[in-house]
Amino acid sequence: MKIHEYQAKELLRAAGVPVLAGKVARTPDEAAAAFASLGTPICAVKAQIHAGGRGKGMVKGSTQRGVELAKSADDAARIAKGLLDQTLVTIQTGPEGQVVRQVFVESGCAIERELYCAILVDRQAGSPVLIASTAGGMDIEEVAHKTPELIITEPFDPDRGLSAWQTRVLSARLGLPAASWRAAEQFFKALTKAFVNLDASLLEINPLVLTKDGTMVALDAKMTFDDNALFRHKDVLALRDESEEEPAETRAAAAGLSYVKLNGTIGCLVNGAGLAMSTMDLVKYHGGEPANFLDVGGGADVKQVTEAFRIILSDKNVKAILVNIFGGIMRCTTIANALIEASKTVGFTVPLVVRLEGTEVEEGKTILANSGTTIITADGLTDAAKKVVAASKGLKA
Amino acid sequence: MSILVNRDTRVICQGITGKVGEFHTRGCLDYGTRMVGGVTPGKGGEKVADLPVFDTVAEAVAATGANATMIFVPPPFAADAILEAVGAEIPLVIAITEGIPVIDMARVMPVVRASMSRLIGPNCPGVITPGQCKIGIMPGYIHTPGHVGVMSRSGTLTYEAVWQLTQLGHGQSSCVGLGGDPLVGSSFIDILALFEADPDTHSILMMGEIGGSAEEEAAEFVKHHVTKPVAAFIAGQTAPPGKRMGHAGAIISGGKGTAEAKLAALESAGIEVAASPADMGAAMVRAIERKSKKK
Repeated sequence: MKIHEYQAKELLRAAGVPVLAGKVARTPDEAAAAFASLGTPICAVKAQIHAGGRGKGMVKGSTQRGVELAKSADDAARIAKGLLDQTLVTIQTGPEGQVVRQVFVESGCAIERELYCAILVDRQAGSPVLIASTAGGMDIEEVAHKTPELIITEPFDPDRGLSAWQTRVLSARLGLPAASWRAAEQFFKALTKAFVNLDASLLEINPLVLTKDGTMVALDAKMTFDDNALFRHKDVLALRDESEEEPAETRAAAAGLSYVKLNGTIGCLVNGAGLAMSTMDLVKYHGGEPANFLDVGGGADVKQVTEAFRIILSDKNVKAILVNIFGGIMRCTTIANALIEASKTVGFTVPLVVRLEGTEVEEGKTILANSGTTIITADGLTDAAKKVVAASKGLKA
Repeated sequence: MSILVNRDTRVICQGITGKVGEFHTRGCLDYGTRMVGGVTPGKGGEKVADLPVFDTVAEAVAATGANATMIFVPPPFAADAILEAVGAEIPLVIAITEGIPVIDMARVMPVVRASMSRLIGPNCPGVITPGQCKIGIMPGYIHTPGHVGVMSRSGTLTYEAVWQLTQLGHGQSSCVGLGGDPLVGSSFIDILALFEADPDTHSILMMGEIGGSAEEEAAEFVKHHVTKPVAAFIAGQTAPPGKRMGHAGAIISGGKGTAEAKLAALESAGIEVAASPADMGAAMVRAIERKSKKK
């Protein structure tokens, strides 16, 4: 789960990580009032959307950037007006962009240097790691690719956190003045503690700023949470902004399904994540484009399968559907009955190709054959893929 | 011979009194696995599927001589269940549970690494040695005893591969589900080493997926340490970056974990790559034939 920058900063402030004063505004007037109340000569007005790349992003149909500096209350109102209810396009939103519903007005600071810092769980290390770099504000992936020597990595134990000496290694390699090492130690320790205590899966501070007076400040904050741990963070769950999410994905999650919308024409309904990914690959291999990833899981019932079909069919791009089930725990007869039930209640408007294999497969095929529905059955993966690709193009396989 | 489990493996189930735990305990019993008991705190003295239930793993081990455990404990308590199994010095710990918080696993990993226990999973289908022992949720009947070692990060995709192998007349020595989470107890490399050392395994089929760098590391290991024919498939070749494909581990982020990088690494290690998921069994056969021609 993702949250907005202003929400992340509230959480960080509570955890003792230095952030600047700021206020959320949902109208230009609120933005002007926020500027006045902050009392600094300069403020940043920042679009609040879940995607990154806002600084370089631009509002559709104008030259308004996602982040701009305001020197007066009127200035802040003008920038807020240019952002609110407009569609911001960044490299992370895709060309369709994301509507801005609120802006964050944040006081400025005197920047000495811009650094980069992030925390995530590293698979190879088997532990969380803090990553830092002198290349602040830049695209860190590009830095990692071109100049890996500029990336510093410190793994740490979730319970012990970073040791003081590790923060000194970071400070020294980041080239921080010795007078700021103590501030850096406090910053990094508070940040790692926040990561662990909040069950974050990513905490990125880009840029992390060394101010002219030698303190450390998180100028931006991007925070993503481990969905599996949200059960123990009701306060974090309350920060969820469903308007930022793909509606079909939210709906699927509520039904216990794992769904990701894509841009193709062939809807896919599969059991198991690995097989679901492979089914997308198979469709593509045979010249089709998958419209989605959908994993109904191991024990889906009629209700879930019906909801899965509704979600797939709500995508207007879908021209045909491929059902690929390898029955293990899930019996093919269960899925066959669910398919017939779903076809009655949902009503298929596009061709449906079904490939069943595994437990009770013959009985399942018989049920489909005797159902009087227009379901196209397939033998094997290749046959299924060819049939569904042909059907999506209005051809008969 | 086989790896990890055989007809002598004595298995307990942690979480045996839960619906899922009981269901799969019975499934394993039906397959012929030597299930010897179960553990659910507070339910010691009860019986499930005619097996004794204990309050703690240590008690279960003392009473039954169990040397493997299958964990179905719900996610909030599963990491603790793994630690309890490791504390009781069970040599093989197989965690089926899906949805364990990753920080919990980060706490478990150093304990497992410092112990004598081997952890498989979490979020995996389990381990099977066809005809001898099944520990997990895979459908037993699709497997046939034979000489292909199978390992994978995903469940149903493994069933698909095993089914193709069985159809082509190639049985399996053992099949290992590694799990789809970012932090799992055993890697492809760990299992490759076991398959390479097992005289009954003649060839190896692996199913990887996008995300992380486990497949690249496996390819490097194969290049230097594996003499047996290896075939592989990578799931998620068409997945867009930044989107999580069901498994917490299956995500391309920061240009890392792309299918292209993985396929290139596999090919450069001389591994036969399956072009599509329908080609997994056939790719294994090609790898075996190619290796036998060389000899």
